[in-house]
Amino acid sequence: MNWWRSLIAMVIAVPIVWLLASGMGRDPREIKSPLPGKPAPDFSLPVFRVPDSSSGTTVAPSGGLRVGDTVRLAQHKGEVVVLNFWASWCLACRDEHRVLSDVASAYAGTNVHFFGVLYQDIPENGRRWISGMGGQTYPSLEDPKSLTAIDYGLYGVPETFFIGRDGRVALKHVGPVTPELLRTQIERLRGSTFSPGDTALGRRAQ
Amino acid sequence: MLLVLVALPMVSADAQRPRTDAELDSLTRSVASQLRCPVCQGESILDSPASLAQEMRTLVRTQLAEGKSPDDVKAYFVSKYGEWILLAPPASGFTLLVYALPLAALLVGAAVVFFAVRRWTGAPPPATEEPEARIDS
Repeated sequence: MNWWRSLIAMVIAVPIVWLLASGMGRDPREIKSPLPGKPAPDFSLPVFRVPDSSSGTTVAPSGGLRVGDTVRLAQHKGEVVVLNFWASWCLACRDEHRVLSDVASAYAGTNVHFFGVLYQDIPENGRRWISGMGGQTYPSLEDPKSLTAIDYGLYGVPETFFIGRDGRVALKHVGPVTPELLRTQIERLRGSTFSPGDTALGRRAQ
Repeated sequence: MLLVLVALPMVSADAQRPRTDAELDSLTRSVASQLRCPVCQGESILDSPASLAQEMRTLVRTQLAEGKSPDDVKAYFVSKYGEWILLAPPASGFTLLVYALPLAALLVGAAVVFFAVRRWTGAPPPATEEPEARIDS
């Protein structure tokens, strides 16, 4: 009788313990994005700041863009696009700003385009922040009503999306980017079109 | 949820007619109450004062005004954020466990109580017989 009771207790307890243990090992802030592998949502956003040479760094060609012009993702089909959502109130964005600007400069004149999208902020704050940080080497776009942010399933900033030449989201990265991550992903996307087996998930910023 | 169920046949029956402001308000509240605010802790976008939640509410209303059904609007948010965005997970696949387990636990508990009570009520006779026997003697 005792072994029978023990067996029943085990059958009930083991799945519960397994469920709780798997929950303990998971970061509750890590949320899987359904976007990697899918076509990147198109956007049409106004430019509120273009790169200037006053920062002393090499600037990515803005393609004749001027403040007030509109950037459409569909215009960049066949090119690699790095879309970085940021805000002037975001501390982690400070950490990655120089990295993004440097790597964007390195790819100036290639088929790789960087765009910064301001999230839950006003362009005036964004402009002041960029000046305070020593400039930005790629165009900054404004996202009124956060429609593009919602379209990209944004949780917070910074979040960076890598869009391949086939127009699909290859990777969503949550948190500050590193030069290694940028170069690895960009080179992978420049070299070949996206293959679904390569999808990776971002991690929630701390 | 109830509101959506009540509202759905009304919408499908007369899909061509633009929704009135009152209908839009009520549907927006219903859909917004089912969507999780991404920047909050366990709050719906209806309850949250966060600006992203406000913008999501506006988007819900805009999509409903365009003639989308509440299910279409929810499907849009699920396609962007995953099923995490739904405060109540769908009763299918793995998440069916969330609904099935409490019911299973209730049934198992009821069975345990039933057998325990039967055993307790079945036990007394030998205990009551003994004192009677003593009195008789």
